[in-house]
Amino acid sequence: MSAQIIDVKNLSRAFKGSGGSVLALDSISLTVKEGTTLAVVGESGSGKTTAARLILGLDKATGGSITVLGQEISQLSSNQIRPLRREIQVVQQDPFSQLNRRHTVKRIIEGPMLAFKVGDKSSREQRVIELLEAVGLQKEHLTRKPHELSGGQCQRVAIARALALDPKILILDEAVSALDVSVRAQVLNLLKKLQKVRGLTYLFITHDLGVAHYMADEIVVMFRGRIVERGTREEIFQTPRHHYTAGLLASVPVADFSITKKSSHEVVAQATPVKTDACAYRSRCAVGRDKKDCAEKTLTETMGSQTHGWICHFPINR
Amino acid sequence: MSNVIEVRNLTVTVPTSKGRSPVIENLSFSMKQGEKLGLVGESGSGKSLTAYSLMRLIKNPVQIDSGEIFINGVNVLQLSEEDFRKYRGSEIAMIYQDPMSALNPIMKVGDQIIESIQLHKKISHKDALKLAVESLESVGIPEPEERINSYPFEMSGGMLQRVVIAIALSGEPKILIADEATTALDVTTQERVLTLLNRLAEERNLSVLLITHDLGVAAQFTDRINVMYGGRLVERGPIKDVFTDPLHPYTRALLDSRCDYTVDVNQPIKSIAGQPPRPDNRPSGCVFAPRCEHAQERCADSAPELRTFSAREVACVRVEELALGKKL
Repeated sequence: MSAQIIDVKNLSRAFKGSGGSVLALDSISLTVKEGTTLAVVGESGSGKTTAARLILGLDKATGGSITVLGQEISQLSSNQIRPLRREIQVVQQDPFSQLNRRHTVKRIIEGPMLAFKVGDKSSREQRVIELLEAVGLQKEHLTRKPHELSGGQCQRVAIARALALDPKILILDEAVSALDVSVRAQVLNLLKKLQKVRGLTYLFITHDLGVAHYMADEIVVMFRGRIVERGTREEIFQTPRHHYTAGLLASVPVADFSITKKSSHEVVAQATPVKTDACAYRSRCAVGRDKKDCAEKTLTETMGSQTHGWICHFPINR
Repeated sequence: MSNVIEVRNLTVTVPTSKGRSPVIENLSFSMKQGEKLGLVGESGSGKSLTAYSLMRLIKNPVQIDSGEIFINGVNVLQLSEEDFRKYRGSEIAMIYQDPMSALNPIMKVGDQIIESIQLHKKISHKDALKLAVESLESVGIPEPEERINSYPFEMSGGMLQRVVIAIALSGEPKILIADEATTALDVTTQERVLTLLNRLAEERNLSVLLITHDLGVAAQFTDRINVMYGGRLVERGPIKDVFTDPLHPYTRALLDSRCDYTVDVNQPIKSIAGQPPRPDNRPSGCVFAPRCEHAQERCADSAPELRTFSAREVACVRVEELALGKKL
């Protein structure tokens, strides 16, 4: 069995607001095995990006631990964490805003090598060309600036930059969400190929279940700062146990008329969540809405198999 | 049924270093009353510019060069700006992708709805307020009497999109253009907003032009579909026919490159090589030819017009042989 390259335990992040503190992450635990992809799915505000920022060391946790490549990082200062940045890199959603628009493609991809003083001028240039080829761009792109590239090409540049220091882990935060269908397919294929060739580990954050299905070995489903269900791709897509997971799956529009879409799940009018509810999904849950347990009884995760877990008072029966 | 929208030979151009170049070329389509028509395509295909043309929101340096747009039988391109104002909002209205930027952030949502109601109807503030509450209720916002006093930042994306829909419908238009209106929403919220649009369309006999790059959304919502590429229509027909058995190579490639949970995870997704055409570098002949795996020399000769084939229309010179080849 491959080693756990990311190991997150009871991670919490509270933000102080005018009306008291908000738990953006409420004690989440997850692990990612080397060379595999873990997809984190959930709607806006579920805490996906907060989790990514913590794992990247860009933000400080208010509780819990994060172990990356055997090193506990949650309490490290940014100076202490710096050596680890060579091993863990990020690709973000917006192809344009994540690149310095005044830099050429060459300078952008060279950036991490300059920051870590890797190699000399000619070896760096050699490396930039290798990386360009690896992401399907040509030498002619070297002197271009971001505004001269398409969205898909910018995303390729961002991937090349992320790979510049030969990291072990890539965090892909909605990395294909802004791309058109045909370009998204190209970038997803590229990411799969790179993972195979380089043995990369991916933490793939997305709201798109189709993309999660295609990329992930394992999936965690987040809702309001908590992981409500986790499992392998098959477990999540074929036998979801949490009503939120099932609702998400039923909401995905599919352009395939040979598939009779499961009758849309009972849509509860967008209700205001009740803060004290033990289950944050209760106000929207067709099953738990009227149940006392869902409001009062705090649950721990139920494990149905070694990989498949859920937190639900009345899980969907299979 | 009569056509509420009829677009004839619309050409829209932008300036490039090589002179004016079309971003919409010779576009013709129509929409029947009560119909839910889809317009799909990727960025740069001209779908949003089509919507802006219908709303007469095309601004310099983009220009409508030629063509006619009939809304309920009136050629609106010949109307003065003053006269067209009577159409905008009361005959045809539009909602956009980002509800937050469509609304005024420092004005209560109720006041924004009232403003829009009073623009179309000469009624008192008190009556307009009553209508505003009703309209919030009709778009499925709970506790409308209280919500009317909220500011945009106090509402979620899905709720804001409902407010925008309420404003768009305040002039009781017969046509609604939804330009990527659910793209920024979460899937569960997206489903609710689509359900709402469906209900409103039925209740008010509203014709909806749904512009989207999401093929799944188009499949779920529309009756008929127009597929655009590089400013031209490449295929159109009943949604089920087009998506089940796409005839134009672009439609087929587009459907093949989607990534939903029906695709085989062990195979690479079929993608379309190359890039869409840039306005300053449009291919002669068929715009899709440079990226088309079935292209032949003759495809570069002239731009193919839409031709009727197998209960729909396709703009491809090779449609017969390709359809035949598929069956063999």
